[in-house]
Amino acid sequence: MSDLIDARGLSCPQPVLITLEKLKSLDQGELVVLLDTDTSKENVIRAASSLGWQVKDVAATGVEYRLILEKA
Amino acid sequence: MKTLPIQSHPDLLVGMETADDAGVFRLTPEIALIQTLDFFTPIVNDPFTFGQIAAANALSDVYAMGGRPLTAMNIVCYPSRTVPREVLQAILAGGLDKIHEAGALLLGGHSVDDTELKYGLSVTGVVHPERVLTNAGAQAGDILILTKPLGTGIIATAMKGRLATPAAAAAAAQVMTTLNRLPPECLEGRGVHAVTDITGFGLFGHALEMAMGSRVKFTIYAHKVPVLTAAREYAAMGLVPAGSLANRNYCSKSLLLASELDPVLVNIFSDAQTNGGLLLAVAPAQAALVLEQLHNAEINAATVIGEVRGTGTGQILVKS
Repeated sequence: MSDLIDARGLSCPQPVLITLEKLKSLDQGELVVLLDTDTSKENVIRAASSLGWQVKDVAATGVEYRLILEKA
Repeated sequence: MKTLPIQSHPDLLVGMETADDAGVFRLTPEIALIQTLDFFTPIVNDPFTFGQIAAANALSDVYAMGGRPLTAMNIVCYPSRTVPREVLQAILAGGLDKIHEAGALLLGGHSVDDTELKYGLSVTGVVHPERVLTNAGAQAGDILILTKPLGTGIIATAMKGRLATPAAAAAAAQVMTTLNRLPPECLEGRGVHAVTDITGFGLFGHALEMAMGSRVKFTIYAHKVPVLTAAREYAAMGLVPAGSLANRNYCSKSLLLASELDPVLVNIFSDAQTNGGLLLAVAPAQAALVLEQLHNAEINAATVIGEVRGTGTGQILVKS
């Protein structure tokens, strides 16, 4: 079961800050992030790649996104 | 405000009709009064530094009109039950430090009890009525000069997330506490056609206001724009405040971005600044001299970032 962050309803930079904190604590593995704006999606992807995490999957439902981040 | 029945007057030189930095009213053929005020909530932890930033920011609107500040009054919203008195004293001391550096006098002020701390100044200045600089005077062929590096909003965002290094925080504070005073000699040659200060709407928003107000088009060379190193790093990590994204969206119809332009730079150019630098449109024949005068006045970051391309409705072409 992967860890999950629900950052829907939060405005930037909150989704990024929460994701960065979680990624640092996990160090590796898989993290699911739920978002509801294009810009928070872009920024969270940037934040993840700055720490060496990859985007495994992006699923869009309407205006919501489900990102799966992973680091081996 | 647009719905209010505002009256005009022959001596009102700059009022509410343009998106300008301060109001200007002619008192005599030689003297016009400049009035402005600004105040906000703390953006740094150190109260003295916050006072300096808030005061320098309020004074900046007088400089952006080509004027000289004379007097200032404190505006204070203060939660007396939760914030120690020493904090307020340090804020006021920081503000006074900048008022004096500007050669102005503090006359007094007003405080109200509030749930959230806020500080700023009401500033009165003077300018010769024929030497008022607005954001509407840019002419085709003018050279665009920016006097401070961008990125303070992004660094402030990183500070809130406790991700900013002390060095990055210090670099941002240095920019935000620096007065936007122009050396008088650079205004004497009348080569400076338009001025605005870069604040909440970011470089893009304020450049767009100047280009629209002047009915011209701008070209900005992205690689020439001075940017705080840490801001670039934090923006690349996605530490972009929502306000900067709103600025970018607001300007998007007027922006022509080079396809190879780094998206991180687009965020930085949209980043809301606190007491950001002045953007000057300068006659091409005098641009080198004005730049030299700025550097001689220790405005070391002053850099040519682009040019005015001719008549238009405010389009901004951004080349990489």
